Amino acid sequence: MAVDAQTVEKLAELARIAISEETVDEVGKRLGNVLHLVDQLQAVHTEGVVPMAHPLDEVQVLRPDEVTETNQRDEFLELAPQSEQGLYLVPKVID
Amino acid sequence: MEWEVVIGLEVHVQLSTQSKLFSGASTTFGAAPNTQACAVDLAMPGTLPVPNAEAFRFAVMFGLAMNAEIGHRSVFERKNYFYPDLPKGYQTTQLAEPIVGPGEIEIHLEDGSSKKVRLHHAHLEEDAGKSLHEAVFEEGHGMSGIDLNRAGTPLIEIVSEPDLRSAAEAVAYLKKIHSIVTYLGISDGDMSQGSMRCDANVSVRLKGEEELGTRTEIKNVNSFRFVERAIKVEAERQIDLLEDGGTVVQETRLYDSDKNETRSMRSKEVANDYRYFPCPDLLPVELSDDYVEQLRSELPELPDAKSARFASEYGLSAYDADQLTQERALADYFETVAKASGEPKLAANWMMGELAALLNREELSIEQSPVSAEHLAGLIERIKDNTISSKIAKQVFEAMASGEGDADTVIEKRGLKQVSDTGAIEQMVDEVIANSARQVENYRNADESKRPKMMGYFVGQIMKASKGQANPQMINKILKEKLDALL
Amino acid sequence: MHQLTIAEIIRGLREREFSSVEITRQLLTRIEQLDREFNSFITITAESALEQAEAADRCLAAGGAPALCGVPIAHKDIFCTRGVRTSCGSKMLDNFVPPYDARVVEQLQAAGTVSLGKTNMDEFAMGSSNETSFYGPVKNPWNPEHVPGGSSGGSAAAVAAQLVPGATATDTGGSIRQPAALTNTTGIKPTYGRVSRWGMVAFASSLDQGGPVARTAEDVAYLLAAMSGHDERDSTSLNRPVPDFAAGLNDDLAGLRIGVPKEYFGEGLDGDTASRVQDALKEYEKLGAKLVDISLPHTGLAVPAYYVIAPAEASANLSRFDGVRYGYRCENPADLRDLYMRSRGEGFGEEVKRRILVGTYALSAGYYDAYYNKAQQVRRLIKQDFVQAFEQVDVIMGPTAPHPAFRIGEKGDDPVAMYLEDIYTLSANLAGLPAMSLPCGLVNGLPVGLQIIGNYLDEGRMLNAAHRYQQATDWHRATAPYAHAGGDQ
Repeated sequence: MAVDAQTVEKLAELARIAISEETVDEVGKRLGNVLHLVDQLQAVHTEGVVPMAHPLDEVQVLRPDEVTETNQRDEFLELAPQSEQGLYLVPKVID
Repeated sequence: MEWEVVIGLEVHVQLSTQSKLFSGASTTFGAAPNTQACAVDLAMPGTLPVPNAEAFRFAVMFGLAMNAEIGHRSVFERKNYFYPDLPKGYQTTQLAEPIVGPGEIEIHLEDGSSKKVRLHHAHLEEDAGKSLHEAVFEEGHGMSGIDLNRAGTPLIEIVSEPDLRSAAEAVAYLKKIHSIVTYLGISDGDMSQGSMRCDANVSVRLKGEEELGTRTEIKNVNSFRFVERAIKVEAERQIDLLEDGGTVVQETRLYDSDKNETRSMRSKEVANDYRYFPCPDLLPVELSDDYVEQLRSELPELPDAKSARFASEYGLSAYDADQLTQERALADYFETVAKASGEPKLAANWMMGELAALLNREELSIEQSPVSAEHLAGLIERIKDNTISSKIAKQVFEAMASGEGDADTVIEKRGLKQVSDTGAIEQMVDEVIANSARQVENYRNADESKRPKMMGYFVGQIMKASKGQANPQMINKILKEKLDALL
Repeated sequence: MHQLTIAEIIRGLREREFSSVEITRQLLTRIEQLDREFNSFITITAESALEQAEAADRCLAAGGAPALCGVPIAHKDIFCTRGVRTSCGSKMLDNFVPPYDARVVEQLQAAGTVSLGKTNMDEFAMGSSNETSFYGPVKNPWNPEHVPGGSSGGSAAAVAAQLVPGATATDTGGSIRQPAALTNTTGIKPTYGRVSRWGMVAFASSLDQGGPVARTAEDVAYLLAAMSGHDERDSTSLNRPVPDFAAGLNDDLAGLRIGVPKEYFGEGLDGDTASRVQDALKEYEKLGAKLVDISLPHTGLAVPAYYVIAPAEASANLSRFDGVRYGYRCENPADLRDLYMRSRGEGFGEEVKRRILVGTYALSAGYYDAYYNKAQQVRRLIKQDFVQAFEQVDVIMGPTAPHPAFRIGEKGDDPVAMYLEDIYTLSANLAGLPAMSLPCGLVNGLPVGLQIIGNYLDEGRMLNAAHRYQQATDWHRATAPYAHAGGDQ
């Protein structure tokens, strides 16, 4: 029932969450338990049922095209782990 | 072996709204880094998106111009991936239910032929920020800087079917998209500023083959010229590879304009799995028939319609009409000149001749033309009423281009008015005849059929005497009368 | 003064029996003395609370004061507070001080409340026991060896311990109702869209809804009235008039049709808990209501559907925590990938990481249809059950939780055992319906909650039913034994 290590590693990579090698099996076991729980869904007959992404049948209200925001850069940059010259710093981005 | 190139384009067009797709931050280009990134654009915790109505209006206008189906219900989805220029860790975009459905446009090729290209769909999405890789920092810490001013700017991504068969067709298609979005006024279409960007899906197959070859995606080719070159060089690469018995790998490639080659990108990265799902922070957008029909009725005249009208209304050739309608500003310029001067053909000739040469030489757009439409019309009027000859007109045009004022001012100041006074011309003709006894003698002895050609000498002399300002038709008429009288 | 309800505080302040500064000071002292035990607060804002209380007193003296002027409250640490750390119970946001307020915080400020601080919670609201908080578990004032429920365990415990008369909370799968049930408090999750989500750190956007916890239905009505209303910054906020929830509190219950779903009294429900709930239903009959047996056949599927949809949405909602613009960043990242992997690996706790991985799985290529899409279809079936039920009944009643508060650590690390705690509360979130919990008795000295699920936008009728029950019974007045320590000054 456990999720295999390879799948755990693939998920961890997609979600960008480091999982130490020692815990991969444990994580896989727990994930397996959760998936076992949700697998009950597979038995439900849902043919023709429209998936429901929102609880209410409301439609989107659009906003008028107006600039309502002012520059708050300094306040925001104060929260950044690392910044310089108005830019957020990250390890080198390689295309 | 004869190969066929198959191309589909994904064109991203920035919409020229005042504010962003999901926030009230300004979209103005060129502001200091991160000064136009508000809490929503920065994906601060607890912030939420609210879509911009103008972006929808623009997208619907585009769809109508592409003769496409309009999504009366469209749904935003999240496309999940991590990148520092993507603050939320997902891009809000559309997938299953886009705002613009299938459509079709006609492109015009240089050889005068045209071709229909199918639109797969076009969808609204938000732009990402920018990573600055260059050494913008004094300290050599080797890190990248992230500017999120562009994050959240509305884009429409326009996805064609793989209907294009050459680099030239791809460029013609791209120019058509450019022309439509600028006609509609929904984007400045400026490729140099990234307002319009293009990804090309390129594959090759043997001619006659039904199945498509493996394609590569060339990312972010950002000028018409580079699109053409990138597709050409990529198609050649694929053909060489296949002819040598190799296979094409489906991958993303980057065009290097310095080396004129494409190279593989992100090949080491694990295959992406974007995990699209409907964005739960946004509700389905529903647009009524009335809304769509209202926009349809407000659409401006589009390039194809304008071209057809120019041909019929002004008697232009199909080629001229096409050339003059590629850009809305050019077409507007033409109509101003044509109407003010009453000489559409002359207007077209001048625009595609002298004016085009001038703009090309100075690297200016029509909007930046040093000769205004009114001034050009004034010049054409002076040609029409024989104030100046076409030859003198070129001098006047150059003077107008260097800022000497309108045609009348230049003509007046430089004394370029054409001499149309019969007495003065008769006098000049008499003088030339008197000073050209040998040529007159030859003329008299010549065969009737050769005489018209021999008149050229006399005309040239008279023109020289008048500094080019004598009315050529009058010279011809008077000269002929006088020479014939000597027979 | 700490025993006073919000209604009593409003009266006392207006009649000058005490000042806002006095009651604020007293509650701050209690928090200082008692909260070491309960751990219900993450951040205490004593200084600004006293400033706000002084301002409230001036406003009360001047006249024309807003409805809740001078009333002390606390905010769940999921609501952004300008200039005050908003941690969401996570190491990831341990250093995060937002430069903006949540809409709910603005509204309650405008209503005149005094904020004493930020309450503890399960990390990113993911939990049913308050054991996943980076700041340690919250203890139940009824018995500190037991959990207070979660994720709004800090808010519920603070109210139960009489550290504050009311607090804000959020409910994604039961996070207001279950802690209310386990701490003998009253809490309501209104209709989805009633309360703005702006500035409320998102867990699962289509399920999250803010609401209040207090000691009585009347108090909850006052707080909910201040928190409700359309907000154009939240696309999912409902643009509907907000009724005066307090106005109909005393309406007669004669003829009220109460649906009793058989699925809520089946296997898994503790017998004593069931009998307390049955007693409450009998009380309603005495009040003139009519019990109607109903069926909500897809109830059992709420757990699997929820544990696909909520993690799926969370997996994307929590991608923004990447160590770039705010929050936790790992030491010396070797490269960009390392920055992401370690900042998120170290900044998130185990349950949060597990849910992100489950959500990632449910959305990934090849599994989307079998999991995410299927769950959204089942969600519609669950909603349809309710729509049909509300054709015959006015409200639905049943237990809030399957048993009273369990011991801290009792559920071990097994996520599934914990997930089953939410079996009766999840459906209302999936359907977007309003639901509340109110005290209806004790089992072995631990509280039991009665759940009321209402029709869309029908919070007024639910509050009316809850209030009439509280007029007729005293369960809500029972005080947590451990709240008795630290008396009035």
